[in-house]
Amino acid sequence: MTASNPLKPSERMKIPRQEPLEQDPQERSTNFLEVSFGFDMDRTLVEAQRCLDCKTPYCIDGCPVGIDIPGFIRLVLEKDYVGAVRKIREANYLPAICGRVCPQETQCEEVCVLAKKLTPVAIGKLERFVADYEMREKLFEAPVIKEHRDEKVAIVGSGPAGLTCAAELAQKGYRVTIFEALHATGGVLRYGIPEFRLPKEILDLETERIKALRVEIYTNFVIGRTATIDELFDEWGFSAIFLATGAGTPTFMGIPGENLSGVYSANEFLTRVNLMGAYRFPDTDTPIRIGKEVAVIGGGNTAMDAVRTAKRLGAEKAYLIYRRSRQEMPARQEEIHHAEQEGIQLLLLTNPTRIIGDAHNWVSAIECQRMELGEPDESGRRKPVPVKGSEFVLEVQTIVEAIGQKPNPIIQSTTPGLTTSKRGTVVTDEMQKTSRPGIFAGGDLARGGATVILAMRDGKQASVAIHTYLADKRAAQLPSHL
Amino acid sequence: MFRIVRTDVLAPTVTRFEIEAPFIARKRKAGNFVMVRLDNQGERIPLTLADSNPASGTITLIVQAVGKTTKQLCAMKAGDSILDVVGPLGTPTPIAMHGTVVCVGGGVGTAELYPIARALKEAGNTVLSIVGARSHDLVILEPEMKAISDALYVTTDDGSYGKKGFVTDQLKDLLDTVPGIGAVFAIGPLPMMKAVSTLTRPYNVHTLVSLNTIMVDGTGMCGGCRVTINGAMKFACVDGPEFDGHSVDFDELMMRNRTYADLERVSDQKHACRLAGTTQESLR
Ligand code: FES
Repeated sequence: MTASNPLKPSERMKIPRQEPLEQDPQERSTNFLEVSFGFDMDRTLVEAQRCLDCKTPYCIDGCPVGIDIPGFIRLVLEKDYVGAVRKIREANYLPAICGRVCPQETQCEEVCVLAKKLTPVAIGKLERFVADYEMREKLFEAPVIKEHRDEKVAIVGSGPAGLTCAAELAQKGYRVTIFEALHATGGVLRYGIPEFRLPKEILDLETERIKALRVEIYTNFVIGRTATIDELFDEWGFSAIFLATGAGTPTFMGIPGENLSGVYSANEFLTRVNLMGAYRFPDTDTPIRIGKEVAVIGGGNTAMDAVRTAKRLGAEKAYLIYRRSRQEMPARQEEIHHAEQEGIQLLLLTNPTRIIGDAHNWVSAIECQRMELGEPDESGRRKPVPVKGSEFVLEVQTIVEAIGQKPNPIIQSTTPGLTTSKRGTVVTDEMQKTSRPGIFAGGDLARGGATVILAMRDGKQASVAIHTYLADKRAAQLPSHL
Repeated sequence: MFRIVRTDVLAPTVTRFEIEAPFIARKRKAGNFVMVRLDNQGERIPLTLADSNPASGTITLIVQAVGKTTKQLCAMKAGDSILDVVGPLGTPTPIAMHGTVVCVGGGVGTAELYPIARALKEAGNTVLSIVGARSHDLVILEPEMKAISDALYVTTDDGSYGKKGFVTDQLKDLLDTVPGIGAVFAIGPLPMMKAVSTLTRPYNVHTLVSLNTIMVDGTGMCGGCRVTINGAMKFACVDGPEFDGHSVDFDELMMRNRTYADLERVSDQKHACRLAGTTQESLR
């Protein structure tokens, strides 16, 4: 029993985990509205009571950015929702986003003590509720910046890593400028994650909150082209730079027929829809092609987003082709479950071998072969091997390849002295420092393809490292970046 | 917002724009392009940078009204603003001393060719230029090209100006008669660049072409601009847009570029209706 929770632990453990409200699968597979409505206030209060407020809160360790989870849940119980979201924001400036897209089931909720015998506290949904509450009631107030500093810091890329780093440094009093190559902020949150998982309105609001910290944002500005890293130091007068340009370059399988009309990378497919609004064509000017039958290749969250988008664009049959089995799929369980509810057909242990075109050079079918699982490979997962003579042909008119991305090479190729790996990622130490003094990197640019929250973790880590770097330099009174 | 400071009609459907974009103006090199989005509903389209003036902070675009967006742009006037312009994108043209070079421009491609020809001239090359168009009124930048060329040849398909025929006829003449041609730079419609590349191959003359492809972002993140160069996949927006004409799979690219032909017509017609609609309203 605590002041905020009158129930005894045994009573709390009897409360079942609350389920969020969701849009009906049939209905939602034809629209782009958000799938999950999250918790209402009643569910939030019931769910919050389930938290045992452990002495050793493992959940905090499970959170990549170390949110004080029991602390914010205590405030929820006191119905101080704004206090709760402020508590979260101390560790994570973007709660409305994390409450939606974080894989809590493999982070905070996985290590929740209740998870061992029962079901974990729905931490993600609680986070989302308080963030949405603050938004709905328009109760956001920008944190007060206590101390202002002269140094300017440039953030390259406005995805989760860049936004987080910007927010942290701005709160420390630095003059922060974000450079974004596209015409809108958010990076993968904008072009990659669909409206039905993360409404763009939420992203816009979170971006406004970054601006409320007096962060300056240049869109339409490609570092490496519009200005180089060295120009940012020498001509623009930045003292430190955080690179967070993500992993935006698509890879292709390298099978015959990939350049036929109707074959998309997941990036192109999702960018057309999410960033350019192709689902509203011809009210918008960017077209997209969607066949009656669509195949998406891959097993990650991007593949899930693409196949569910295809369904919403009117595909009668939407297949997901993945060469391993369900257990090996990197996508979140919740997303796979949602996809199946919406009528997506999973073709597991199946590998495409060739794309077949018609007389007009349009995709008409895809040839695949069946796979079986063999010995474990370097990743520890059992390696799929082709079953001889198992080839079959599937009629499709649109194909989306979602087999992975790698970092965009523009900055690496225009910044002398920046060490990169064979995979094209920028090499950093555990403090996000690169091979060049004053330059830090994080998110997918350094990791090669991970989650939104890990990108945020890197952004936060980099803000600490940049703060230390600049403090040291101030102490040593050295001219900038020498 | 990027303000248009000046427009000039160069031909019935071709307009030259001077636009405020100081960061881009400082960095532009021959062969670079920008991505442009006119308004919130707009698509992103690539447009080659014809010139820039770092002192006044302006860039020059030469645009032919062919589709929805270019028509909408060509109806804009000095004082109007474009929502988004980003660049300079693409790998700049490698400018080297080749001795004698032939620069071949087809239609509005001449606008893209001009900065390259000028840079080649400044690098000390003898520049022979061929400008081709369907008819006289579509010949653009003739005085500009003349000023930076050692010789300028004009061809029109219908013979209404210059020599009657195709740019390739003129190019063949030069390849046969002028000794020591070190390189050919050809920019124009894909069939023209293909024809030029086919022509120069037996002469073993290095031929550079600039590919116009489907593009969404223009920074290497969508792969919509992929082209096959010597059997390998390249992204035109980052690896190009210029490539060795003898290595390009033109047929594949021409088919890919037709992907949205019918949808582009839908968008274009809708735009035309909307314009007609406004006129009717204002008449009422
Ligand atoms: S235009 Fe998107 S990768 Fe080239």
